[in-house]
Amino acid sequence: MSANTTSKTKSLQAQKKAGLIASYVFLIILSIIWVIPILWVVLTSFRVEPGSFVSSFFPAPYKWQAEDGRWLEQTYTLQNYIDLFTPDGDYDFGRWYMNTLIVAIFSCLISTFFAVSTAYVMSRMRFKLRKTFMNVALVMGMFPGFMSMIAVYFILKSVNLNQSLIALIMVYSAGAGLGFYVCKGFFDTVPKALDEAAMIDGATKAQVFFKIVLPMSKPIIVYQALTAFMGPWMDFIFAKFLMGTNYKTYTVAIGLYSMLERERIFTYFRQFAAGSVCVAVPIMVLFMCLQKYYVEGVTGGAVKG
Amino acid sequence: MSKKLDSESKIEVPDSIATKISFVIMGFGNLAHKQFVKGAAFLLIEVGYILFMLMGGLQNLWNMITLGTVETHEEKIEGSMFSRVVYGDNSMLFLLFGIITLMITAAFVGFYIANIRSARNVQQLEMKGEKIPSFIDDVKLLIDSRFHITLLFLPIVGIVTFTLVPLVYMILIAFTNYDRDHQVPGNLFHWVGLANFKDVLLGGVGFADQFSHTFFGVLGWTLIWAFFATFTNYFLGIIVAIIINQKGIKYKALWRSILVLTIAMPQFISLLVMRNFFSQYGVINRALINAGIISDLNHVIPFFTDPTWARVSIIIVNMWVGIPYTMLMSSGILMNIPQDLYEAATVDGANKVQMFFKITLPQIIFVTTPYLITTFIGNINNFNLIYLMTGGGPSTTDYYAAGKTDLLVTWLYKLTSDKKDYSLASTIGILIFIISAALSLITYRNTKSYKEEDSFQ
Repeated sequence: MSANTTSKTKSLQAQKKAGLIASYVFLIILSIIWVIPILWVVLTSFRVEPGSFVSSFFPAPYKWQAEDGRWLEQTYTLQNYIDLFTPDGDYDFGRWYMNTLIVAIFSCLISTFFAVSTAYVMSRMRFKLRKTFMNVALVMGMFPGFMSMIAVYFILKSVNLNQSLIALIMVYSAGAGLGFYVCKGFFDTVPKALDEAAMIDGATKAQVFFKIVLPMSKPIIVYQALTAFMGPWMDFIFAKFLMGTNYKTYTVAIGLYSMLERERIFTYFRQFAAGSVCVAVPIMVLFMCLQKYYVEGVTGGAVKG
Repeated sequence: MSKKLDSESKIEVPDSIATKISFVIMGFGNLAHKQFVKGAAFLLIEVGYILFMLMGGLQNLWNMITLGTVETHEEKIEGSMFSRVVYGDNSMLFLLFGIITLMITAAFVGFYIANIRSARNVQQLEMKGEKIPSFIDDVKLLIDSRFHITLLFLPIVGIVTFTLVPLVYMILIAFTNYDRDHQVPGNLFHWVGLANFKDVLLGGVGFADQFSHTFFGVLGWTLIWAFFATFTNYFLGIIVAIIINQKGIKYKALWRSILVLTIAMPQFISLLVMRNFFSQYGVINRALINAGIISDLNHVIPFFTDPTWARVSIIIVNMWVGIPYTMLMSSGILMNIPQDLYEAATVDGANKVQMFFKITLPQIIFVTTPYLITTFIGNINNFNLIYLMTGGGPSTTDYYAAGKTDLLVTWLYKLTSDKKDYSLASTIGILIFIISAALSLITYRNTKSYKEEDSFQ
């Protein structure tokens, strides 16, 4: 009897162990699948062999004839990064990088301010058109954004702002007031008793906003700022539409995208990879540092709808 | 509170002469009570508006109704054999200026109502013998009980200029014939009522028939795609989260970080890389050749060139993109499920599978229903993935300007940027809106968070 139970617990333990091993194998396979594309971009950015289609995953040694007739062979190089940051006609990645940084900083500041203040008003103030505003915001958010792209373009053109960075900042941040839902959900959880206590002590609504609600809402503000900052690095459709062929005001996203056009891809593919690394690394670092806030924002938004 | 006062005053106190004059001359009531700055501001707004309407506003509204009457045409130059091109009306600008005039009028109506309310308010204060607020007092209110006006001013200006006006403009375009045959400034376009909707939904002859065939084909695929894209990510993401969070797994943070790394990677980069991987001579086909699964480059798997393969490929790529998000979110929820639920279940003899279906899944679904809806709608509008991976291809002659993997949004984009069929694109935009709005209304209205939004705090 007792021998039976021990063998039973033993088999249970073995089962558990097998389960764990299976889980580890699964996780390792998963990690490989998720890391491979990233690893490949990094490897490609150091590759000597030109072109976008190669015969092996890891760069192969590449042979070519130098100008003096000697045969050279090399596998890895830093030349792609040097080429990337050397202006070449219209292609000026350093400039695009600065453009994107400027746009990202300004639209991050403006849109965070817009979203946070709208969220505070919707969460804390009570006035006649409040519910109307919230419903209109919900409805407007359901129209596909591209629909209004042409109209935005004409509006900007009529004030001579198309093809400029200011236009891009405006486009990215002007509508931010509509994206208050996640932030409002967070403000709703900050106890109202705090506001009331402060107002009994004579604080104005503005003081409550700046001195009580804002300091307590760091996670959600960081989340808003982070998503707003990352936007300009990733959007290429609106930017492409606004900028057309004005290479001077390109952002990295349109620049990199244009490197993959059919007639350029062979020459520029390695530079594309190098550029991608230059864009991805800072964003990844930023993201990893602020991951905690991001998770709170995502889950908070999901839970509260 | 001020609302209450207003409604009381309407019943009890008849408007004084100063208030009555305010109906015609804005700000008069304020001026009569020595609120000079406020009164002057109202008066200035009225004068400005009337001047604007006379100088061109009325013309704008009329132009919006006609959308232009003079076509671009050639005109003989008198006394010579040459003719010159005379540019006609620009329907597109007429429509835009018309909308802007309407917005200005709406703002004016708002000020007008505020003016009357303000006049009644001062009248009431005077009758009660209370102090009439000076301009400085009013400004002070802007950081206190009227702080919402201060905070909302700039965001609303932004929303109106960059979201509302363009949106109204595009909605109106759906009721015109602004398409490839009616391009400004060369041609005029006109109001056509519901003709575009009829073409798209009911079909007709020639082009119209192809529109509606394309619309229903693309719509079908859009819904299938949204369904698979949402649910594959959702369930697989939850499973991955459960595996990482189970007892006994070490380095939880490491596994999680590896997946999260891909969220941090700008999406267009990872998608462009994926496109390269899946392309005809890309890494995956090369790897399959090296592994001996396919014989040579003539027998590559048509990941993007065969309709069925293309559809499967993008759903798979979407899993790569989306699973980390769901994993991240459900990890948070999993950690909040009380452990004693599981302990109680173990005591009752439940096994892991039972526990998953009876405890874990209901809990997660309960919490994430709103997320599922937003993700579903997000997938209906998942422009980036389709545009960057397949560009909507493989193309087909069955469809008008669309390929086999095009979603409604990517088709809309192609209609605008390639075909310049703006009216058709706007019609589709409105239909997408109706679909998403219907979906979310049905579900949102039934969630607790919507019903109890106000009472929650």
